[in-house]
Amino acid sequence: MFKSLRVRASQGSQFIVDLRKAVPNGHRGLPTISTAPCPEGCHACVDACPTEAIAIEPVRLDLGKCVFCSECVHECPEGKFAFTSNPHLSARTREGLIVTEGPEGGPDPIATDAALKKLYGRSLRMRQVSAGGCNGCELELNAALNVNFDLARYGIEWVASPRHADALVLSGPLTRNMAEAVRLAWDAMPDPRFVIAAGACAISGGLYAQAEALDRGFLRDVGPVVYVAGCPPHPLGFVNAILQLLGIAPSAG
Amino acid sequence: MSALAGACSVTLDARVASAIVPLDVRAWRADLLARLASGARIVTLYGRPAPSAHAGAAAVMVTAVVQLTDGRLEVTRAVMDAARGYHAMTADVTALHCFERELHEQHGVRVAGHPWLKPIRFEAGGRAARDAYPFYAIEGKEVHEVAVGPIHAGVIEPGAFRFMCLGEIVHHLEIHLGYQHRGVEPLLLRRDARKLAPLVETIAGDSSIAHTWAYCAAIEALTAGDERAPVGPEIEAARGVMLELERIAMHLAGLSGLAADVGFLQGASSYGRLRTTAINTSMRLCGSRFGRGALRPGGSGVRLDAEAGAGFSRAELRQNLALLVNDLAIIDDCFLSARTVQHRLKGAGRLTTAQATELGLVGPAARASGLTHDQRAFGAGVYAEHPVTVVSEPSGDCWARARMRIVEIGRSLAWIAGVLDGDPVWTPRRASTAAPLELVADRLVVSVVEGWRGEAVHCLETDAAGALLHYKVQDPSLRNWLGLAIAVRENEISDFPICNKSFDLSYCGNDL
Ligand code: SF4
Ligand code: SF4
Repeated sequence: MFKSLRVRASQGSQFIVDLRKAVPNGHRGLPTISTAPCPEGCHACVDACPTEAIAIEPVRLDLGKCVFCSECVHECPEGKFAFTSNPHLSARTREGLIVTEGPEGGPDPIATDAALKKLYGRSLRMRQVSAGGCNGCELELNAALNVNFDLARYGIEWVASPRHADALVLSGPLTRNMAEAVRLAWDAMPDPRFVIAAGACAISGGLYAQAEALDRGFLRDVGPVVYVAGCPPHPLGFVNAILQLLGIAPSAG
Repeated sequence: MSALAGACSVTLDARVASAIVPLDVRAWRADLLARLASGARIVTLYGRPAPSAHAGAAAVMVTAVVQLTDGRLEVTRAVMDAARGYHAMTADVTALHCFERELHEQHGVRVAGHPWLKPIRFEAGGRAARDAYPFYAIEGKEVHEVAVGPIHAGVIEPGAFRFMCLGEIVHHLEIHLGYQHRGVEPLLLRRDARKLAPLVETIAGDSSIAHTWAYCAAIEALTAGDERAPVGPEIEAARGVMLELERIAMHLAGLSGLAADVGFLQGASSYGRLRTTAINTSMRLCGSRFGRGALRPGGSGVRLDAEAGAGFSRAELRQNLALLVNDLAIIDDCFLSARTVQHRLKGAGRLTTAQATELGLVGPAARASGLTHDQRAFGAGVYAEHPVTVVSEPSGDCWARARMRIVEIGRSLAWIAGVLDGDPVWTPRRASTAAPLELVADRLVVSVVEGWRGEAVHCLETDAAGALLHYKVQDPSLRNWLGLAIAVRENEISDFPICNKSFDLSYCGNDL
């Protein structure tokens, strides 16, 4: 009993009060691209990038492919790339994840979906399936429900059975050996239901886009409602994508 | 044959590849068995395609690496005709079972007389291959099977478990992996060898530092000419601190999971939030909660400042460590003295020292069964300057594996504090990767790092022109999964979750 109280005392309150405003100090989050002109014929960033996330003339960066290795920062002779600690890296569409030059170049903001808000605004149950995830995404998705981020305060929780789930949260590049299990999980979910793609692997194949052992057919058949970028996404990125999608007021905690 | 590597914290062996004369298959088999019988420990055994003497026949170069008790690595090789193969050694040395299975799966080498030649990860893929596999089965009217997975109840990676039970008691557990197979190894040969760090960091995303350090040390040993400058003590120290932070964070994640699985929720939440402190410390040092970007061949992405400012200062780092030390003392006491924790963990999932030795377990799972190997004990560099005392627990049960992790967290915290006593300042520096890297030709490099789960082994071989010929990756999980299967025998099936969590193995690290 006294030991328990000591734990309580040392622990205090750990939850982040305003999830939307919280900034993870030091986190390599949203990249920005300056408008400085590129040297003639330069493609140093394209060559440096391990995931073909960068296109040039004009320079654009696909958050759905980026693994935040910052090689582009180091190789660009003009210093066009920089990373901020902003963890909000999500969009409703694949194109919405493209970062362009200039201060306004970030991903498209997530518009609240009125239909989803009506259905799930007060309660959302999610089933997570990893299909080749490296455990980076899985650990961060788990963390969204820990005492710090505490997504459960909004009635949003992980469930064990797809039968109880409203949303399927996919991580990993979708391996061939998991293709069948992913479809079985989806088929077991009752309508209405939707898919969230979390992490560069799920969104684009990420570092594994060129691997032979993948079968990404499921994602072509069932498009995600929201893409949460990152490698892995910071829990704040995931949490806020959902709060915005469902139109949950940030101060409701 | 002399190893060419200089002093470094990683257990490393670099040799002229062509100078290792491949033995005749029989001689090689006898040689390896003799070495293992005389006290050496198997580190890895793997194949790669070799030029064939006969048209139409596939030849495979098989490399075995053993470690002597003083930490030195030794290599013995054979070239064999895949179809003819050789007679399995697993019946003599159980610890070889996974290597021989992998050799058969990856290169089609006939391993005659192997008692359990099941594919490691069903690389060829597809349901047909999996379903065709003859599962181990126990017959009898009272026996029933429980199949779990590949998708589990939590937010974790997939894998399938098949329990053969008599009532509540598990007679045998068959572990069926491969669902995570992404094809890491072929991808490692597709890019410039110096640009592989981001990929290596995701071989097992919870062991990024362990794998990336093994990779960096190997590439550094293969770097020629002007770029050969050995990484200085500053980078070594930063790498050591990142590795220990990874160990602390993942041990905390494991303890949090164990506490949740025995229904001790205060432990689950406290260890969980302390893990947040540990990974946020990594994030302050390198920009990523998983240490991504912290290690690069010949360089470092870790920043530690002398004074508080835009970055992360020594004082802040010390403050985080002090918080961990202080709060852990409180929650550890609470966890270890809780009756529910003791009742559930003590005696569950026991592996004796003899079993752990026979199975060739590595890492904390081995040390919790009384074994004492830990690569950090052999390190030169920062681990020589700041030695780690290897700890082990004799009882081999879930309780021992939990205590092991608590003790290792304490040692790692003390180790980092020791490094900080030297008042280090770390600045990120990276070699440009623009120009393709020239590797030293004709080398075989074996690089072993003691991560939180055990030894990550990377073997790189260059050809006569300096191109990367082969890259073999081995996560410690490969060797430990069978340990879990044996540990749950004669336990109640309801204790499986705690047994599983106490081993805390990687699915993607196994499946590659
Ligand atoms: S940080 Fe992203 S865009 Fe830049 S090189 Fe790495 S993966 Fe490519
Ligand atoms: S996106 Fe990155 S962190 Fe997530 S599973 Fe893929 S490699 Fe791992």
